[in-house]
Amino acid sequence: MYQFRYHKPATLEEAVDCYQSAEDGIYLAGGQTLLPTMKQRLAAPSDVIDLSAIDRLTGIEVTSDEVRVGAFTRHDEVARHEGIRRRLPVLAFLAAQIGDGQVRNRGTIGGSVANSDPAADYPAAVIGLGATINTNARQIAADDYFQDLFETALEPGEIITRIDFPVPSRAAYRKFPNPASRYAVVGVLVADFDGRIRVGITGAGPCAFRGTALEVALQGNLNSAAIEGVEVPDVGFNNDLHASAEYRAHLVKVMARRAIADLVG
Amino acid sequence: MSGVHVSTTVNGDATEYVCHPGETLLDVLRNRLGLTGAKEGCGTGDCGACSVTVDGSLVCSCLVLGAEMEGREVNTVEGLADGGTLHPLQDKFIEHAALQCGICTPGFLVAAKALLDRNPDPTEQEIRYALAGNLCRCTGYDKIVHAVDAAAKEVRKQQKAAKKASGKKRR
Repeated sequence: MYQFRYHKPATLEEAVDCYQSAEDGIYLAGGQTLLPTMKQRLAAPSDVIDLSAIDRLTGIEVTSDEVRVGAFTRHDEVARHEGIRRRLPVLAFLAAQIGDGQVRNRGTIGGSVANSDPAADYPAAVIGLGATINTNARQIAADDYFQDLFETALEPGEIITRIDFPVPSRAAYRKFPNPASRYAVVGVLVADFDGRIRVGITGAGPCAFRGTALEVALQGNLNSAAIEGVEVPDVGFNNDLHASAEYRAHLVKVMARRAIADLVG
Repeated sequence: MSGVHVSTTVNGDATEYVCHPGETLLDVLRNRLGLTGAKEGCGTGDCGACSVTVDGSLVCSCLVLGAEMEGREVNTVEGLADGGTLHPLQDKFIEHAALQCGICTPGFLVAAKALLDRNPDPTEQEIRYALAGNLCRCTGYDKIVHAVDAAAKEVRKQQKAAKKASGKKRR
């Protein structure tokens, strides 16, 4: 790693000040992407700002219609949280499949969503459930948040504080994991909000997006036969050593069918 | 760049060190504290050879900064045995020949310990899920899974015996 200055602010305001006075600052949450990136010298920030001491970023709140997860919540906490397992089991199930135990014990939901890796799992839930991203400055709707490869609506220095997930009547997530990293080659989350269907897709494109054609086909007809005729064009899809764009387009429908089967049997 | 002063607990002992911000917990353990049990395999969080626990949670020490350890409790493979008495996991790894080259073994032992602390009666699937972040290129994993299963039985036996003993004392 290149050398850098280390800061551990106690409040959000201090963290933002720290970022603004740094030449090239970066926030550290769980570090499971940032630290390997720095070790491989793909990033060389002048200042690393550790967010772990900021109380406002922690805590999980479960109400009858919403699950609110503090940005610093680690994946393992989401996977094991009793309230989430009861009210929004799909989120606990998704979190339990991220990476491996070591990653889940460090990685945080805010870090994952801020980084917006094209193959990360959480973005499928943010999009598929229509979550709201709360930051130190504002609220951002899921549909406006993911913009391109590692690009989000976050302004430089903006910090995610909490993510609010509406609770659907039912939802399921299925992914085709890379067998080594368990990143999603393609992951699809299908949610049913009293008959209104949302489909969130990760892994396939440069960032997570809604499967609008699938949503239309499934509206009022939630079964796997309904998506039989839906075309999933591979235009703009990721094409790399893990899978071709064409294969990813194929996987979108396979994972969608499996998620639907989880919902309707 | 100035050093960071850290007060922490390592294997139950209060420990202080000064490290550079860019040093990982693994660097600190190996190069500053002389605890060379945790190994650097990949350095990018894929192999799990550097596994230790922080506040009871299994982590890759190569992906945690030494500076982040202020006030935490770190446990490494060096803390597994009780003086000269090996932990059942260590005994069973030897008995089942659950290692060849041994580079991954400290990480597997720490990961298995973290599992048994939480769940002393894991199924084979739960063992494999808990060890998914640890790679072994020699054994093919079967012997490791058998060793952890056998150690879990031993741990349960010890827990039962301890419970019985404390029960007797109460009476």
